[in-house]
Amino acid sequence: MKKTGRRFLPLMLALVLVCGILLTGCHGSARRVSFELPEEFDTSRDYNITFWAKNDTNKTQVKIYEKAIKDFESYYPNIHVNIRTYTDYGTIYNDVITNISTNTTPNVCISYPDHIATYLTGENVVVPLDNLLTDEKYGLGGAGVLFDGPSKDEVVPEFLDECTIGGVYYALPYMRSTEACYVNKTYVEKLGFELPETLTWDFVWEVSEAAMEKDKSGSFKVNGQNVLIPFIYKSTDNMMIQMLAQKDAPYSTDGGEIQIFNDDTKDLLYTIGEHARTKAFSTFKIGGYPANFLNAGQCIFAVDSTAGSTWMGSEAPLVDIAADKLVKFETQVMTVPQFDPEHPKMISQGPSVCIFNKEDHQEVLASWLFTQYLLTNDVQIAYAETEGYVPVTLKAQQAEEYQDYLNRGGEDNTDHYQVKIDATQLLIDNIANTFTTPVFNGSASLRDAAGQLIENVTKSERRKEKVDDKYMKELFSSVTSLYRLDQIVTSEGSGGKKDLGPLPAGSKALIGTLVLAWILIGLYVLRDYRQTRAKGGGK
Amino acid sequence: MKKKLVVLLTASLVLGLTACGGSKPAAEPAAEEKTEEEAPAEETAEEAPAEEEAPAEETAAAEVMSYADFMAAEVDDPVTVETYVQAKQGWWDGAVTMYTQNEEGAYFIYNMPISEEDNEALVPGTKIRVSGYKAVFSGEVEISDVQSYEVIDAEPYIAEATDVTAALGTDDLETYMNYFAAFKGLTVAPSTDPDGNEVAYLYKWDGSGNDGDDLYFNVTDGTNTYSFTVESYLTGAGTDVYEAVKALEIGQKIDMEGFLYWYEGPNPHITSVTVVE
Repeated sequence: MKKTGRRFLPLMLALVLVCGILLTGCHGSARRVSFELPEEFDTSRDYNITFWAKNDTNKTQVKIYEKAIKDFESYYPNIHVNIRTYTDYGTIYNDVITNISTNTTPNVCISYPDHIATYLTGENVVVPLDNLLTDEKYGLGGAGVLFDGPSKDEVVPEFLDECTIGGVYYALPYMRSTEACYVNKTYVEKLGFELPETLTWDFVWEVSEAAMEKDKSGSFKVNGQNVLIPFIYKSTDNMMIQMLAQKDAPYSTDGGEIQIFNDDTKDLLYTIGEHARTKAFSTFKIGGYPANFLNAGQCIFAVDSTAGSTWMGSEAPLVDIAADKLVKFETQVMTVPQFDPEHPKMISQGPSVCIFNKEDHQEVLASWLFTQYLLTNDVQIAYAETEGYVPVTLKAQQAEEYQDYLNRGGEDNTDHYQVKIDATQLLIDNIANTFTTPVFNGSASLRDAAGQLIENVTKSERRKEKVDDKYMKELFSSVTSLYRLDQIVTSEGSGGKKDLGPLPAGSKALIGTLVLAWILIGLYVLRDYRQTRAKGGGK
Repeated sequence: MKKKLVVLLTASLVLGLTACGGSKPAAEPAAEEKTEEEAPAEETAEEAPAEEEAPAEETAAAEVMSYADFMAAEVDDPVTVETYVQAKQGWWDGAVTMYTQNEEGAYFIYNMPISEEDNEALVPGTKIRVSGYKAVFSGEVEISDVQSYEVIDAEPYIAEATDVTAALGTDDLETYMNYFAAFKGLTVAPSTDPDGNEVAYLYKWDGSGNDGDDLYFNVTDGTNTYSFTVESYLTGAGTDVYEAVKALEIGQKIDMEGFLYWYEGPNPHITSVTVVE
């Protein structure tokens, strides 16, 4: 976890901003032929395929990939998989974009649908999977596949649907997680509150403010320390996205029309700002990792990915702070706060896998076979157990081996760390309550913008700046410019349906001047005509 | 008359085009790239602020503070200091992160917006005046959200390394945070790689990285063990210190110099290492 995140956002920002330009260049590169599934996989040839993978700074995950490759190659000795591992998605994205223009993309790549939407700006860059998924011979669980993989029906439908862009499958889900609120239950009860069955925003704000009370020495009463941030959110983009979704408030259309700058967003920002001003709320980017504050007894509600659960809690197997700073408390893993606890909504996130198109269709088929292998129980279960991930196939989720793993929560503080298994179970229990945001070229920028709104308001409130409607107007404008949200081409907009608003004053002046000029020309012609007629009439 | 009309029409068209040129198309990007953390500070300054409100623009122009005043300032307070560049991490995306120090103390300046060209001129020793906000990230005291900076014409200053070896393991060490510091006579202690082997260093903190990533290694004074880092953004693969750490062996006694960065505790960013035994 050490030193990974702070540079990531500006990097992502830069990438998102330049990707459009780079991919525009792709249109000028050699045309790629669309993929057609060969009737037969040619096993007489050797194939070298590259796989770009991401691990969460976790060597165990790298080893699982390596084992997967070895096992796959035992089924297909003529396919040689070369892995390249990354520790963040931003670098993968950057490298893919760089390699699209030179036709040197990897064959198989861990990716996010938001990123794939950008890759799709180039023609035939990413292989559509619809036909591959259902092909009787080489499709998921097909008769010609040499290993025991899942059928299409055995992939969790919600997760598979997340891999569609414009109604076409462009990826397979690989792992899924959501966000969880890791709660210091000990402190909540010490403050005189009882945790509800489902966390609500009101409850979290109320407890957080109550926790800010200090004793005469200036220490916080609840922890006896001089540091306390009761509520810390790791990914403020997710925070805003989930709050809007829970309120059924606009974010964007499927076609890419940006709708986030609305009154609901403004109201949410005012509420968040109110608690930022008292310093009952802060963010990872401002202060540091939620896990470190939580484990030091300096945070009560820490929201982070379920895939970060091994860092959470007094007994966490991964710890980033000195042992003498760890505080003992009971950790409760709960869903992220809700506005309507009867109808909870939470984000679905996690890596997917896409396949890049190549001239050699046999090579693409080899890539597809390896991609399928990543969905086998061996890979799914092993990888999911490294963190609070959930396997993306029902086949793996229902496997006896995986059920045994889930049932052994708390048996130890390593493989069966209770918090990790609780976080995993949280997602399994809430798959039907998950959602994703629309994917389009520019959706990654919109996501960043959503978080930026919260970061800016939080900082401004902490600095006692005036946050009012004028501030919000300027904030919306500056964030729009920063993330080029006004340059996103919407699929709705191409038909001319988009309301572009009133004409700028300069445009009105130009049109007015042109009209005046034509009137003057008309008057001149009329005058000239009359004079000519008058002269003619005199003859 | 015709001439007059031509002049009139031409003038009207020129006026119209002038009006057109004076407004920026909605889709046109801002002329200057903003940083991720830029707040709309100017507008807040125009309003009559409530008593407790401090518009950023006003405060960004605050008087130059002493190191003592900087340390006494609250987190989130606007700060202005004059300091000297000692070292820089790689420029990236219109910003640079710097280790700076003056005769009084040291300041870590995080992600200061600057053009690549101007950054080239910020060589070690350069005096700068920086206005931003005091921040603390995972224990590291720093100046972030830099609102403005200015190069000051002055004699260059390069700080001597302060020997903080005796302060290791004590609360006193924190008073040297961000200083260019020396650590002497420490012994390379084993780190454990993901396969359980004892090694002299790791790529990334847990050994999950590759060549070019940060190097982490342990040293001991005989009583306590401390984690030191070769920060790849500061001194990456191919630099003398990066290669020297890769050549370390467990049990070697070494002297080191570097910047006393903080991450949930001391996490020195080493810039030189010498094997003494």
